[in-house]
Amino acid sequence: MSFTVPDIAWAQLAPVLIVLGAAVVGVLVEALVPRRVRRVVQLTLTLVALAAAVVAVAALWNGVADTGGTEVLGGSLLVDGPTLVLWAITAVLALLAVLVIADRTATGEDAFAPQGAAVPGSGYEEAARAAGLEQTEVYPLVLFATGGMLIFPATGDLLTLFVALEVLSLPLYLLTGLSRRRRLLSQEASMKYFLLGSFASALLLFGIALLYGFSGSLRYAEIAEAVRTVTGMDGLLLAGSLLVLAGLLFKVGAVPFHSWTPDVYQGAPTPITGFMAACTKVAAFGALVRVFYTVVPDLRWDLEPVMWTVAIATMAVGTVVALVQTDVKRVLAYSSIAHAGFVLTGVVALVQSGITAVLFYLLAYGAATVGAFGIVSLVRERGAVRSGAAGAVGAAGAAGAAGARVPALAAAGSSARAGASAGSTADVVGTGAGAGAGAGDGVDRPAVAGADGEEPPVEAEGPILGEATHLSQWAGLGRTNPVLATTFALFLLSFAGIPLTAGFTGKFAVFSAAVEGGAWPLAVVGVLASAAAAFFYVRIIVLMFFTSPHGGPRDDADDEARPGAVVVASQGFAVVAIGACAVLTVLLGVLPGPVLDAVAGVAQLLP
Amino acid sequence: MTLTNYLVLSGILFSIGAATVLLRRNAIIVFMGVELMLNATNLALVTFSRLHGDLTGQVMAFFVMVVAAAEVVVGLAIIVSIFRTRKSASVDDINLLKS
Repeated sequence: MSFTVPDIAWAQLAPVLIVLGAAVVGVLVEALVPRRVRRVVQLTLTLVALAAAVVAVAALWNGVADTGGTEVLGGSLLVDGPTLVLWAITAVLALLAVLVIADRTATGEDAFAPQGAAVPGSGYEEAARAAGLEQTEVYPLVLFATGGMLIFPATGDLLTLFVALEVLSLPLYLLTGLSRRRRLLSQEASMKYFLLGSFASALLLFGIALLYGFSGSLRYAEIAEAVRTVTGMDGLLLAGSLLVLAGLLFKVGAVPFHSWTPDVYQGAPTPITGFMAACTKVAAFGALVRVFYTVVPDLRWDLEPVMWTVAIATMAVGTVVALVQTDVKRVLAYSSIAHAGFVLTGVVALVQSGITAVLFYLLAYGAATVGAFGIVSLVRERGAVRSGAAGAVGAAGAAGAAGARVPALAAAGSSARAGASAGSTADVVGTGAGAGAGAGDGVDRPAVAGADGEEPPVEAEGPILGEATHLSQWAGLGRTNPVLATTFALFLLSFAGIPLTAGFTGKFAVFSAAVEGGAWPLAVVGVLASAAAAFFYVRIIVLMFFTSPHGGPRDDADDEARPGAVVVASQGFAVVAIGACAVLTVLLGVLPGPVLDAVAGVAQLLP
Repeated sequence: MTLTNYLVLSGILFSIGAATVLLRRNAIIVFMGVELMLNATNLALVTFSRLHGDLTGQVMAFFVMVVAAAEVVVGLAIIVSIFRTRKSASVDDINLLKS
């Protein structure tokens, strides 16, 4: 057996190489550059790498539009039109997401734990926070994940598919667990994501083994060939393709495999949630489209019932469950599940226009998602609105779980620098305890977390705590911060698919592709689900603009003890990102023609 | 002994692993179930490789080992950090996020 040296087309690989190369350099920066300048260096490196990836994609565009694409690395990577579009979308969205991640806001603290390894609430963590340590490893991790996301939809064989899946997943598991605030929730989300994610990739891997057993090859093209010619091993083929699709549907967040989505979206640091909601979905749908269109199209009569069921269930569950959520991040998470269902209708259509529709939808959804989570990361709660009533965020039990030492530590710290330090320590477990303990700004006051005694006077300026994610805290935001609330409303309208926003064009494209492909029942369900979904988006808009502060919906479990919301000033990065997302959302809604034409011109998958 | 027996064994091991993930409550044990699933897949890959007289499956098995090692690093880091916070590795104790 002889070994042939693969012919490497460096130019076609440039976007991937730039991003992964910068990630490796980022690890070296972490080791060699002094701490003072590390953040600046990492941030510059990340932004430059992602911008360079966008440029490299643009440089490849004309060549691919003329030739229809090339196989790179002996067919392991297929650089064709859809790949380029997905690369461009992923790189642009990752760039915007990194801007949100980098923003330290007026509080001077980013969204990540000062030391990821420190036990929440411990003295070591407090020391790390006081020393101003930062977890700048976040940037290389984001770059590694982005690199995996670039490879994932471009793969031409199942081996690369699996490796890319892990390269994109592993950094995300870690990033999920690094939240500065509410660290127990964050770690819990990280563990859930990890266990379910590795379970799903094991399923995918077994599917790969079965497909290999069926066809004797890992190449997409050769498997597709075997699907047409080989007979008598239908069991292997069907089980294999179902398992592979299950693994991909997990990453997409489609319904039988969606249970991780709300928990992970809620627990992860908000900028990371935006990154992973947008970019993971783009990459996973890209891979799903390629597998569905080029590997198993001849199985459509077997797979169609399954995929139809999944698509309908995804739209229905995402929409219905979103109606009863009270947490902004969970609402957006369930809305992302519903959107996965909408995109799936375009995928199962199995027509050429379906590819264009899916690509456009992913761009529209991604832009609105990064922007929306960027805004969520700026809306914070202010501690010390009232002391005493520990109105916890469903995390009341958290204080107990973490042991009594968290409140104790907060009380101990309430002497000199009580304001900031006690507030942020107690905020480890949730906002309720923070509101109770982070009482004074320099005033020596005994922290009375949990005691229902007399109410201390309301502080005008408490410490800024974590994000105000409960919907009731968003009431009246349109009056206090009209620009921010209007932008958020724009993103919500785009999610809802109101005309003149990008979401409308995207929905129209996927539904008409579904009708063209004969999947009109899916389109009907999709339209009905969109109508129902519009209700809860509009409800948030009404809440922001037509409800007075503290007048929002309440549950009985957590009474009015929630601190109100304030909007922290951005350092500028997040504003740029949110602005760019808003512009993209409006432009794609008002003038979708050029982008649709450009995408349709290259939307031809290599076999 | 035919090669099919190895495939049956691989299927059984994979099922045991999947059942472990779904039924056990300790995060470490759940994680071991995932590893068992990966290794069962390796056995299937190598067997198929032998059946087809093609080396790709064995190469894939090497990649799976590397990925599994990377997964252990990340997974144990997450589980250990949770354990140090809560003194428990039970999946049931970890229920702050309502699901």
